[in-house]
Amino acid sequence: MNDRYLIIDNVNKIFQSKKTATHVLDSVSLTVKRGEYISIIGHSGCGKSTLLNAISGLTTATDGYVILDGKEVNTPGPDRALVFQNHSLLPWLSVYENVALAVNKVFGARKSAKERDEWILHNLEMVGMSHALTRLPAEISGGMKQRVGIARALAMQPKLLLLDEPFGALDALTRAHLQEEVMRIQSDLNNTVLMITHDVDEAVLLSDRIVMMTNGPKATIGEVLDINLERPRNRIELASDPQYNEYRRAVLRFLHEKQQKVAPLPKAGSKTMSTQEEAKERAG
Amino acid sequence: MTVESSNQKTGIVAALRVPTAETCKDRLAASGQWLLGHLLPPLVVLASLLALWEILCSLPGAMLPAPSQVVRETWDLIVMPFYDFGGNDVGMGWQVLASLERVAYGYSLAVLVGVSLGVLIGKSTWAMRGLDPIFQVLRTVPPLAWLPISLAAFQSSNPSAIFVIFITAIWPIIINTSVGIRNIPDDYQNVARVLRLNPYENFTRIMLPSAAPYIFSGLRIGIGLSWLAIVAAEMLIGGVGIGFFIWDAWNASMLSDIVLALIYVGLVGYLLDQVVGFIGRRVTRGTSA
Ligand SMILES: Nc1ncnc2c1ncn2[C@@H]1O[C@H](COP(=O)(O)OP(=O)(O)O)[C@@H](O)[C@H]1O
Ligand SMILES: [Mg+2]
Repeated sequence: MNDRYLIIDNVNKIFQSKKTATHVLDSVSLTVKRGEYISIIGHSGCGKSTLLNAISGLTTATDGYVILDGKEVNTPGPDRALVFQNHSLLPWLSVYENVALAVNKVFGARKSAKERDEWILHNLEMVGMSHALTRLPAEISGGMKQRVGIARALAMQPKLLLLDEPFGALDALTRAHLQEEVMRIQSDLNNTVLMITHDVDEAVLLSDRIVMMTNGPKATIGEVLDINLERPRNRIELASDPQYNEYRRAVLRFLHEKQQKVAPLPKAGSKTMSTQEEAKERAG
Repeated sequence: MTVESSNQKTGIVAALRVPTAETCKDRLAASGQWLLGHLLPPLVVLASLLALWEILCSLPGAMLPAPSQVVRETWDLIVMPFYDFGGNDVGMGWQVLASLERVAYGYSLAVLVGVSLGVLIGKSTWAMRGLDPIFQVLRTVPPLAWLPISLAAFQSSNPSAIFVIFITAIWPIIINTSVGIRNIPDDYQNVARVLRLNPYENFTRIMLPSAAPYIFSGLRIGIGLSWLAIVAAEMLIGGVGIGFFIWDAWNASMLSDIVLALIYVGLVGYLLDQVVGFIGRRVTRGTSA
């Protein structure tokens, strides 16, 4: 059971509009162990977010299914917490209230008001945001917003944590800082995590496994790389670690040699052609 | 949360320097500068306009009273805003309050119905397609054009005036609310879906707050239109009210009274706009204009 905690089986996604059908995901299959940290890497527009949304239930797969902890998922729910690149905090709620909305909804029946309050404070403490409880999202920095987003997700005690380029909009220093925090939290909580990223270093540093996706349309899993680096990991030490650099090379080779040369598929509509080109452009 | 905020406060207090004579003087100078920059221009402009008005209306053959004459002739009204000699013969304060009461009824009704209809149109494409064309036509009907038909329907002047307020204020409220509901970002709806908020929670915790800046801009336009409409409507329906006061003064050729009433109308209208704006900023925590 724990070895097959999350099962993604033959997931296909076709976006159907009036004229064109875009086949984004083609037979994506993956099995994730409980407590595993997985990174999904691939060029922009290949379908990473679409895959994550299918797992979260925000979109339904055209074909195939997702099973989490023995149950098929069809609708979104608090057992699969999401953190987006754009943080999606509610701007009219304070830092505390944003987390409280989730905690009160998820634990309203199971915990007393005092327990919930402590739990909210505990999670905000964990991401180092105790000093800004009454601030509104507009009053804190991008990195802080992302911390609150992570606290909100962790506070739901999800079975699965879904991160969609969580640090993508942050500057390099803030990003490194948050990566450290995520590693620290992960060593405490041992969550099952699926994280989308386009940062090779981030993927190697954080993950137990890296899932590399081929270019769209009809994107699928190209290669899966096990990262056997000891934890806790230290980015400075790793920089001179031959094994670490070998992993990096493997991912870079996949992204820039194997995937760059894929020709656009012939039958695709004009929309997919343009996204293909856009993906190449952004990847460079 | 309260513990934390008090922590924060002590942090701030500790961080503050003890004000010295030097910093006090600086601050005084700064606020003096601010006052000078913000209060002086309107005062100068106002004084010049009054002077111009005074000069023009003091010329021989002038049809309108000069400011000095207005003050002289309306002095009783200015100093006794709340006298009551029965009937229509009451102070300006009472006149304005009577108008405000009508606005309060009509506007409250418009807010209630307008926000509800706006939410409906924002949520349901079917309702939007059905109602929007009708609303687009009806909202162009001038407020006073509704008066005869409402007089016929209600057979009484007060409800008719309230209805005119209602029908004038409701359109911007409906339209802005529906736009606000339609523009709720997917992100917020995704939060609601992941948390599995029920429809009621989704409405009160996500939809209303998210649409609030739009709703309040509609409310603000609506209160302005209400005030415009009540003054016009009261001219026709009579009774106590600032609109009829103006009409009455015109019939009695008391031009100075009219000028004073216009000043009241302007100031109260400005005040209403500011009050709604203030409430909007409080409710939306600064995200609405
Ligand atoms: N709602 C949608 N309707 C149509 N096409 C979509 C929709 N969402 C995503 N796509 C398409 O699916 C492809 C993958 O998008 P996405 O999953 O966001 O890529 P990624 O996250 O890897 O950058 C893109 O070509 C995008 O245009
Ligand atoms: Mg994406």
